[in-house]
Amino acid sequence: MANNNYKNWKINQDNDSIVWLHLDKQGSPTNVLSQDVLHELRDIVFDLEKNPPRGVVFLSDKESGFIAGADIKEFPEIKTEEQAREALNLGHSIYNSIENLSCPTVALIHGFCLGGGMELALACRYRIADNDPKCKMGQPEVKLGIHPGFGGTVRMIRLIGIMNGLDAMLTGRNISARVAKRIGLVNYAIPKRHHINAARSVVFKPPRPFKLPFWNKLLNHKQVRPWVAKLLTKKVEKKASRAHYPSPFAMIDLWVRCYDDHQYMLQEEINSFVGLIVGKTAQNLIRVFLLSERLKSLGKAGDYNPKHVHVIGAGVMGGDIAAWCAMRGFKVTLQDHKMETLAKVVQRAFGLYKKRLKDKRLIRGALDRLIPDIKGDGLKSADIVIEAIFEDAQVKRDLFADIEPKLKKDAIIATNTSSIPLDELNTILKKPERLVGLHFFNPVAMMPLVEIVHSPKTSEEVSNKAAAFTRRIDKLPLPVTSTPGFLVNRVLMPYLMESVELAEENIPLALIDKSALEYGMPMGPIELADTVGLDICLKVAEILSQHMDIAVPDRLRKMVEAGKLGKKTGKGFYAFKNGKPVKPAIPKDYQAPTDIQDRLIMRLVNEAVACLRDKVVDDADLADGGIIFGTGFAPFRGGPFHYIDSRGKDQLIKLLDQLEHRHGPRFAADKGWQQI
Amino acid sequence: MTKKKTTVKKKKPAATSDNPAEKSHPSATNKNSYGNGRTVYIVDGARTPFLKAKGKPGPFPAADLAVGCALPLLARQPFEPSDIDEVIVGSVMPGPDEANIARVIALRLGCGKHVPAWTVQRNCASGLQALDCAAMEIVLGRAEIVLAGGVESMSHAPVLLNNDMVGWLGAWMGARKWQQRIKALLALRPKFFVPIIGLLRGLTDPVVGLSMGQTAENIAHRFGITREQMDIFASRSHQRLAAAQDNNHLDEIEAIYDTRGHAYADDDGVRRDSEPGKLAKLKPVFDKPFGNVTAGNSAQITDGAAMLILASEDAVKKYKLPVMGKIVDSQWAGLEPAQMGLGPVHAISPILQRNNFSLKDIDFWEINEAFAAQVLACLAAWQDKDYCTKELGLTDTIGELDQSVLNVDGGGVSLGHPVGASGARIVLHLLNILEREKAKRGIASLCIGGGQGGAMLLERI
Repeated sequence: MANNNYKNWKINQDNDSIVWLHLDKQGSPTNVLSQDVLHELRDIVFDLEKNPPRGVVFLSDKESGFIAGADIKEFPEIKTEEQAREALNLGHSIYNSIENLSCPTVALIHGFCLGGGMELALACRYRIADNDPKCKMGQPEVKLGIHPGFGGTVRMIRLIGIMNGLDAMLTGRNISARVAKRIGLVNYAIPKRHHINAARSVVFKPPRPFKLPFWNKLLNHKQVRPWVAKLLTKKVEKKASRAHYPSPFAMIDLWVRCYDDHQYMLQEEINSFVGLIVGKTAQNLIRVFLLSERLKSLGKAGDYNPKHVHVIGAGVMGGDIAAWCAMRGFKVTLQDHKMETLAKVVQRAFGLYKKRLKDKRLIRGALDRLIPDIKGDGLKSADIVIEAIFEDAQVKRDLFADIEPKLKKDAIIATNTSSIPLDELNTILKKPERLVGLHFFNPVAMMPLVEIVHSPKTSEEVSNKAAAFTRRIDKLPLPVTSTPGFLVNRVLMPYLMESVELAEENIPLALIDKSALEYGMPMGPIELADTVGLDICLKVAEILSQHMDIAVPDRLRKMVEAGKLGKKTGKGFYAFKNGKPVKPAIPKDYQAPTDIQDRLIMRLVNEAVACLRDKVVDDADLADGGIIFGTGFAPFRGGPFHYIDSRGKDQLIKLLDQLEHRHGPRFAADKGWQQI
Repeated sequence: MTKKKTTVKKKKPAATSDNPAEKSHPSATNKNSYGNGRTVYIVDGARTPFLKAKGKPGPFPAADLAVGCALPLLARQPFEPSDIDEVIVGSVMPGPDEANIARVIALRLGCGKHVPAWTVQRNCASGLQALDCAAMEIVLGRAEIVLAGGVESMSHAPVLLNNDMVGWLGAWMGARKWQQRIKALLALRPKFFVPIIGLLRGLTDPVVGLSMGQTAENIAHRFGITREQMDIFASRSHQRLAAAQDNNHLDEIEAIYDTRGHAYADDDGVRRDSEPGKLAKLKPVFDKPFGNVTAGNSAQITDGAAMLILASEDAVKKYKLPVMGKIVDSQWAGLEPAQMGLGPVHAISPILQRNNFSLKDIDFWEINEAFAAQVLACLAAWQDKDYCTKELGLTDTIGELDQSVLNVDGGGVSLGHPVGASGARIVLHLLNILEREKAKRGIASLCIGGGQGGAMLLERI
């Protein structure tokens, strides 16, 4: 190879005439397929076509992995179908050329091999993966509302069959090297130290191709495909609606229509992709991805390196926070005066670790880091103390007064309070600047957001450290002011209260939940209230009602008094059976009011506007990110403020006016609407 | 038995010396087993509750036990686990995944890859041996802080294949063709399936072929210890442990947690309803049918761990460590394997001799209760002129040990005797007793299967 002046690619041709193509993207810790990387690759492949060597091996010089996929930061620049088509045509021409090279081609995979990176590997004749657990392959495009666009939809199915192939693309899940070997996605799953030898061996002695089971051919048959597709579509519809998430349906459709013709299917993939990426869902999901990147960037704080977390209170939140931190590598002492409570936490943690870590040594390591601590011995050596006790300001103050003198001098005190303003808690502290809120959401293992709550007294250094810690445990930090309810609970509470109002008006519970689900919420508000616990809802609502104008419905109070607390007592709004709510059917002849969904969503959106006016968060994007990651607010809608933009501000103010007219002043448009 | 140790001199026995002024401070002379090296402090320690084996593998493998009590122990120290210089753990039968269990424990505790660790085995005194080794490391200046202790999960003792079966399996693996396989299958005999119970083999002396219980029968016979005396002793052990639990005298215990939502905080071998009359009904288990040693007056089969932190004077100063006491002297001794229960007599006597102590100079005693008969036989030997002169080479008896200062909070009979752990447990608990009673001096000792004894002299500062 004559030209070796590429910025991102390093080309070595060895004595056996094998060309080793090392990708080492300039100025980036991970390899992504940005435009410049692809343009260079096009030139390289062009040369290879003219002058085919004995073999070509693709590999990465990055520690982090092979290729993490497309450069999603470039996506917002794609505004029109033409731009998208141009980008895809480039990718297709390169990958097709690679596929058609006359010599053997090998992808040496370690670490992340996702999206366009996976598709590059698929375009090679052979794939060799590192059998380390860090090696993760997959096509996660569906999570961004699109599907593979560099030939993945075609080559994945052809290589590993329709069931495994579509499953990988429809779920977007990561595939381990072990599984990849089993399903035929890679030829070898071996330690990285043998990769070079293996690649050479594969070039000189090509292994036999993986044989798909005989029924795969049957399923792919022209006459059978529509039937299989019907079944698959039904399955997908249970998870996502076609209107909200079109991309999985597009993938199935592509396969049914075009599988028989390789070239045609490649062409149709481009057509399908460009339609999706300019669509609302993809645009919003890409936005959500970029929002999460922005939240991540808020947690970069230099050389802060905490090691030991002390959690006080082993209830559901405290216990789950402790278990999570231990899983993420922290030494955690968990203080509670009740041994039985601690024992339950260890049991729950074991369940979590089994699911997430799988490997028995990793599970044991995490359990060894989670230290039940009845006497509170861990307090004096902890870098971060997280308080997660009963939601009572006086009890918390007493605790802080007790622990402050025992702490290391630079230790951070964090409270997991869900609604008490910090300035009501830090009064007792000699150094109030060290108190910050780390507000986790339930269930801790599922919810990616942590609100970093700061009062005017909280020092910036402590806030930054809290955000950095949040990143260390792989959560998304969102700085919020210490105003009642912060951001997430504040917008969620009116929405939940409205659902109780609707229930009071004898609207069937299942219908209330259904309306929210149809909007795209992950769980209906009635079920959510039952799941969180009605006592907790009541407590938060009461605290918030002292500060803002929300009425606490009588029904909620009565239910808590009667001991109907929701899922944990087996009875709330719904009765629970095996941890699942039993939803009574909606009567067939029921005439539902048309504004149920509007009433629910507009209370949330209106409160979000009020939050921005109060500067709870710095800008509308952060509010959108926080509300999506903290409440699960329909991601494909891009967040409440994006929803306002897309439906039109005036339109929504008009809607609020109508609702106020019909249902009372709680729908009065916040004055913040004027500032948007 | 001929005497081997030159330290045991034929001289006026210490027991008859009643002038305290003649007795010198042990550490002021070089008449202890550590020479004139640096002082060894024990600064902290913790143990698991001792959990009685219930006929199946208990909730914790050995390493889990040691890690379970050492994690909270280390969490309360002012130094980091990586500041430890050495980890030494006694264990008789670590599991198949726990070769060099000390290293497994050290790594799981977060000591880091640079902290070396080794496992010691001296049967029933392995835990005490670990402490002695740790002390020597500090005396010699090779370490400043050592984490040492013992662990045993007797309920996890392996069940092994017999040699016939191992041989057959080898042949089976080698059989490639179906004809060979059929031939191999035909060679399989029912007796090949008879397992070897590792625990039973471990508790049988491989040289003289007696079970530990039989050695206890031996010495009970020699000194005329009656069944009734044994049962009274055993019942008292339970009563003392029960009282200690009621008075919160066992705060060296750290609760341990399994993954099924249970916490374990108390020694569960205690029988609060134990009384000599009930014990008298039990049948002998070792010398059937006329023996005297029963399951009721023997140590229980138990899982447990005890871990201690030993430190040099420099480390104590550097980290401002609280001091529980110091290790002053220790002694190992050998004797006839068939009389291994008398090991404490042979280990303790030289310590008394060279420090010029009588039995009364020691404020509290922990002599591990492998068998009630065996502890009683030790006490009897000290009062037996024949034994003291012929076996110990003394001119007179050592005297009578006051049982009100012996095993005051129960022992192996009530707590159980997880073989690797007991030595570390009795040292830890003895220090707690000295602190509680504001007493000065204590001796902890164990008999050792195979015919040995070990003892350690401790002082509260």
